Amino acid sequence: MKRYEIRLAGSGGQGLILAGIILAEAAGVHDGKFVCQTQSYGPEARGGASKAEVVISDEEIDYPQVIKPDLLLCMNQRSCEAYAFDLKPDGLMVVDDSFVHDTLTTLAVPLPFTKIAREEVGREQTANIVALGALAVLSGVVSLASLKTAVLARIPPGTGELNEKALDAGIAAAGRYLEEKAGKSQ
Amino acid sequence: MTANLTDPTNQGRPLLLQGNEAMVEGALYAGCRFFAGYPITPATEISEVMSWRLPAVGGTFIQMEDEIASMGAVIGASLAGGKAMTATSGPGFSLMQENLGFACIAEVPCVIVNVMRGGPSTGLPTHVSQGDVQQARWGTHGDHPIIVLAAATTRECFDLTVKAFNLSEKYRTPVILLADEVVGHTREKIVLPPAGTIEVVERIRPTMPPEWYIPYEDNLRGVPPMGIFGDGYRYHVTGLTHDVRGFPTERPDEIVPFMDRLFRKINQHFADIQMVVEDLTEDAEVLVLAYGSVARSAKRAVREARARGVKAGLLQLITLWPFPRGLLEPHLRRVKAVLVPELNRGQISREVKRVNQGMTRIDTLNRIDGRLITPAEILDRLVRM
Repeated sequence: MKRYEIRLAGSGGQGLILAGIILAEAAGVHDGKFVCQTQSYGPEARGGASKAEVVISDEEIDYPQVIKPDLLLCMNQRSCEAYAFDLKPDGLMVVDDSFVHDTLTTLAVPLPFTKIAREEVGREQTANIVALGALAVLSGVVSLASLKTAVLARIPPGTGELNEKALDAGIAAAGRYLEEKAGKSQ
Repeated sequence: MTANLTDPTNQGRPLLLQGNEAMVEGALYAGCRFFAGYPITPATEISEVMSWRLPAVGGTFIQMEDEIASMGAVIGASLAGGKAMTATSGPGFSLMQENLGFACIAEVPCVIVNVMRGGPSTGLPTHVSQGDVQQARWGTHGDHPIIVLAAATTRECFDLTVKAFNLSEKYRTPVILLADEVVGHTREKIVLPPAGTIEVVERIRPTMPPEWYIPYEDNLRGVPPMGIFGDGYRYHVTGLTHDVRGFPTERPDEIVPFMDRLFRKINQHFADIQMVVEDLTEDAEVLVLAYGSVARSAKRAVREARARGVKAGLLQLITLWPFPRGLLEPHLRRVKAVLVPELNRGQISREVKRVNQGMTRIDTLNRIDGRLITPAEILDRLVRM
């Protein structure tokens, strides 16, 4: 893998920076790649635009930020509008359609991460972990085993079971999406 | 966010650390056992991690009432024999300036980290800047030498913190380590070096009988051995210009040798203090001179320029002050043009121009909107030079 760029975008409080850290740790520490994780956020404690970026490469990374994302996650409408057109031509865009109503492109993969977190997992705050599970399946950029290890190492104590459930729910949702898509194209 | 942070069992294992966290590990590696500070974005993680890492190794962490007191506490700890550090950002760095001057004149080793953010004043707390480069040089008043280093990667954050402590102990001077929001907050994979693999320097202590000790007496190195509080080498520490015994003086024949020695102890050791990283400079026709996070953009831009047939090279400054003139001049004599990209309005490019004296063309690329200069912006200039 030469250089693979991921941008996770949404609003402050959705756990995107933590998601970025987990993704970087899975790819860097557990999968053995070079990684750079950066973030951009406003001075507010929550709300406001928030963005985490992860660059993964087999070589040492010079510029640490995303130039043109290969993988873009939009957790709200505003981030979708801000970043949809930055995507590389053959890039993958995934949106949380609990909040994103207009994906701007038919190529976006809509999955209801926040709805899944609320209804299947039982806690809305795990939407970021649900999304990570789905991203791993859809992009294959990190191994599921590494991702699980990284999630469990970075979450608050006592929430292991909950987060594992969230990760599995995300993996399952992406699996269902891929099956449906395969069904349609036959 | 402390799940995998380093305990000794993590040595030799890859870790995902922020630049800020790597600076803490570098400080501990160098033997830092005292930290006084006041949290401020984007340097807060340094205080945060120090607050639990230091007690774990028998050190002391104090959150002070402000940055003025933080700097005072650091000076006190160093005079008492400890390796001491503080960390801040623009507004706090401004408050530290007076006591920083005290550390210069009393020759107290200490390390001050400034993770730069947009300014002036509260400015852009969460956004990157390189606006404090000249403040690091001249922020405290009066003629004084100072050592300022600039880190670009997580690994450099570790290595240069160790280096900063080494230089401060060796030359009895405050050393300022400049990072910026991007450097401080970028997480990268790093394998911490095992103890004993990187040089760690200790200050020279007096060995003569205490009654023979002349605390500020000159010697060949220009750096007097440093007695520490409580070890019997009693002397007077003051911010006033002092004689060799440490007492205030107004005699020109004592003032001049003292000031000369302050400068000489740095100036005669440029070869040890001034550091740059040369990247593809050997046959370069156009040179990018950069430091901190911008050097990372430049590194990529230089490669992209070479792919387009432009012979570009990168000179990354590690030491900003004393400005590494001797390491730059050979390039100025040889290259067609130099580009100096910076996240300010030209705080280092003015220095490059001063040294250049018309030898070559100096171009600038400045960004002050709190965003990092991109490789594309540098490339665009390189192909047109």
